[in-house]
Amino acid sequence: MKFRIYRYNPEQDAAPHYQDYDVALEPTDRMLLDALMRLRQQDDTLSFRKSCREGVCGSDAMNINGKNGLACITNLNDVKEPVELRPLPGLPVIRDLIVDMSQFFKQYHSIKPYLVNDTPAPEKERLQSPEDREELDGLYECILCACCSTACPSFWWNPDKFVGPAGLLAAYRFIADSRDLSTSARLDNLEDPYRLFRCHSIMNCVDVCPKNLNPTKAIGKIKDIMVKRAV
Amino acid sequence: MRASLQLSEAGLRVAVLSKVFPTRSHTVAAQGGIGASLGNMAADNWHWHMYDTIKGSDWLGDQDAIEYMCKMAPQVVYELEHFGMPFDRNPDGTIYQRPFGGHMANFGETPVQRACAAADRTGHAMLHTLYQRNVRANTQFFVEWMALDLVRDAEGDVVGVVAYEMETGAVMILHAKATVLATGGAGRIFAASTNAFINTGDGLGMAARAGIPLEDLEFWQFHPTGVAGAGVLITEGVRGEGGILLNSAGERFMERYAPNAKDLASRDVVSRAMDQEIKEGRGCGPEKDHVLLKLDHLGPDVILKRLPSIREIAIKFANVDPIKEPIPVVPTIHYQMGGVPTNVHGQVVAPKAGNPNSVVEGLYAVGECACVSVHGANRLGTNSLLDLLVFGRACGNFIVDQNLRARGQRSLPADAGDLSRSRLARIDGATSGESVPEVAQQLRRVMTHHCGVYRNQQLLGEGVAKVMEIEQRVARMSITDKSRVFNTARVEALELDNLIEVAKATVVSAEARQESRGAQARSDYPERDDANWLKHTLWYRDGNRLDYKPVNLKPLSVDAFPPKARSY
Repeated sequence: MKFRIYRYNPEQDAAPHYQDYDVALEPTDRMLLDALMRLRQQDDTLSFRKSCREGVCGSDAMNINGKNGLACITNLNDVKEPVELRPLPGLPVIRDLIVDMSQFFKQYHSIKPYLVNDTPAPEKERLQSPEDREELDGLYECILCACCSTACPSFWWNPDKFVGPAGLLAAYRFIADSRDLSTSARLDNLEDPYRLFRCHSIMNCVDVCPKNLNPTKAIGKIKDIMVKRAV
Repeated sequence: MRASLQLSEAGLRVAVLSKVFPTRSHTVAAQGGIGASLGNMAADNWHWHMYDTIKGSDWLGDQDAIEYMCKMAPQVVYELEHFGMPFDRNPDGTIYQRPFGGHMANFGETPVQRACAAADRTGHAMLHTLYQRNVRANTQFFVEWMALDLVRDAEGDVVGVVAYEMETGAVMILHAKATVLATGGAGRIFAASTNAFINTGDGLGMAARAGIPLEDLEFWQFHPTGVAGAGVLITEGVRGEGGILLNSAGERFMERYAPNAKDLASRDVVSRAMDQEIKEGRGCGPEKDHVLLKLDHLGPDVILKRLPSIREIAIKFANVDPIKEPIPVVPTIHYQMGGVPTNVHGQVVAPKAGNPNSVVEGLYAVGECACVSVHGANRLGTNSLLDLLVFGRACGNFIVDQNLRARGQRSLPADAGDLSRSRLARIDGATSGESVPEVAQQLRRVMTHHCGVYRNQQLLGEGVAKVMEIEQRVARMSITDKSRVFNTARVEALELDNLIEVAKATVVSAEARQESRGAQARSDYPERDDANWLKHTLWYRDGNRLDYKPVNLKPLSVDAFPPKARSY
């Protein structure tokens, strides 16, 4: 199978370049990650992140034939040859397919991604109705792979100011949680021309999310609450 | 992260080193639930949970540690809920609990719903919740740092670790008053494994090289339901929700092997039954090499609500939609019951001057890398997440109580970084030699063939010889990539140094134990032998030496559960 892969090693290369590979696959190689592991047996200098190999840890996000996705759950039958692999767009490249995700996590951390409830905890669990719990479905499952934020032009232009789809999805995950008591502070934290309102609902995030989540919808809900609170 | 949370919240300076961003650790892949006798669905209590755990362990678990864990279980689950964990809920607002293998009421009588679940993403929800709570507590993370070796001083106390920063290739010494290993298992010593690439037993390798023994490494759990061919985990929660296993005749064969618990018998029991069905020609598919997990009868509503990720995995990795078709599954390596020996405070212990449990000062271990031992010869499903919550918390609290602030820092020995530096020099200095991926693949093949569901003297004897040959190849490994920045080839070579230690411990310990107990099934010694083998194995890297220590059969407050025949 033919591959065309973005290569950049800061110790050797003045500029990034593409390298072509032809990899002999085994019948058991099913996913793109399997092919990359096969490829590394012939060239151990190719660097990429990987861990769970089942789409739940979020390590191996990359740009696959122009679209962000996870290598471990991208079926080789579904990709056109030569498979062009690039690092996630918009973030600084450390090496080959590995990007520096500091900015992405900084934005995630900026929304205070933890439950806030300063009332004394009961002896047992805080009760939550199944309906209230259902509000979290489609929100808590995010794996922080950054496919969405790095597919978003607003995040490309303003990664330091716009929270981005992953961070905003997390923000809404806590706003929507009946146990969280800091909605108003969370909204204050987002009421800003950039942090929330740079989202123009072009839905690139929805298009690429490997977990089929819908950050645009969550962002829309935050905007709705923001408007309601203003009137 | 459960330990670091206690430390950060107590105001201590904590550095959490992780090979991957913290939410990418393998806990993220746990699916089914956390065992705790909340009694939200029907009457339950910790004493029943304790009995199930001891029986599950085939009486190799230490009963003091098991009592402590089961008693603490409700509290740590409630805490996790208070931290924000998105558990599924019952109509009355309490945490939803599902049935699971070996979870029984009234000391083994009837199944009970004890597994606290967040759909089939419990580990993901838990790992993210713990990370989030650590963010709140300002825990300092060193992301993509790999710990290489422990630093022990002349007295044998651990005073820190040598670590490798992947992004820069820098090697640093972290000087610490307390060092906690929470490095997970080493499932990657096997070819067919539910484990992530990162599960290379780094903490075990570090301990072994520092002269600390490894306990009960012959006990490796095969999860009954890994996707055939792919190895990806299908939670026992599928059977908890009502899924059943079928052979090629369409027979629900578990009824023959475990008339009471059926498909929800202990994992070792179900895995052996599947292996036997396949060996006797009743496997499914053209190669008759797997069995089928049927769940379509649960209906789309249950599958979409309680098992959504399972459906995703089945579609992606097995080409079947479980709403309509069964999933092809095989017993697959899943969990390492053994590890670095510890006490209930997480302190690492080793024999010294006649005391089998003498504390190694400054060193702690929790989670899958530790052997406390609550899992004994076979872990009960959902007790892994519970183990790390209970003992992570206990270890953190114990360290806080040491009042480390008032203590001086032990000085670093002059040779603190030497071992790590020489390992790196060996890898970087070799201009030709063995390929790391090839040697690792050979190791996994050998371990899979010689240390499978059923073992015998011949297989294990050959296995020991082959693993020792592979160790020679590991000593000659070389990599092409010599660069500093994010050199994943170098990381994998360093990991192979750890894998080989765990593989040796496993095969040597398994060959010596001439009995069948829990996950160690010897076809040449089919019975459990309490007279000779009711004891923990300790393997030392130095000379491949074995030692043994007694199982603690004395609980903390209740009567002991003496060993008896085990049936489900």
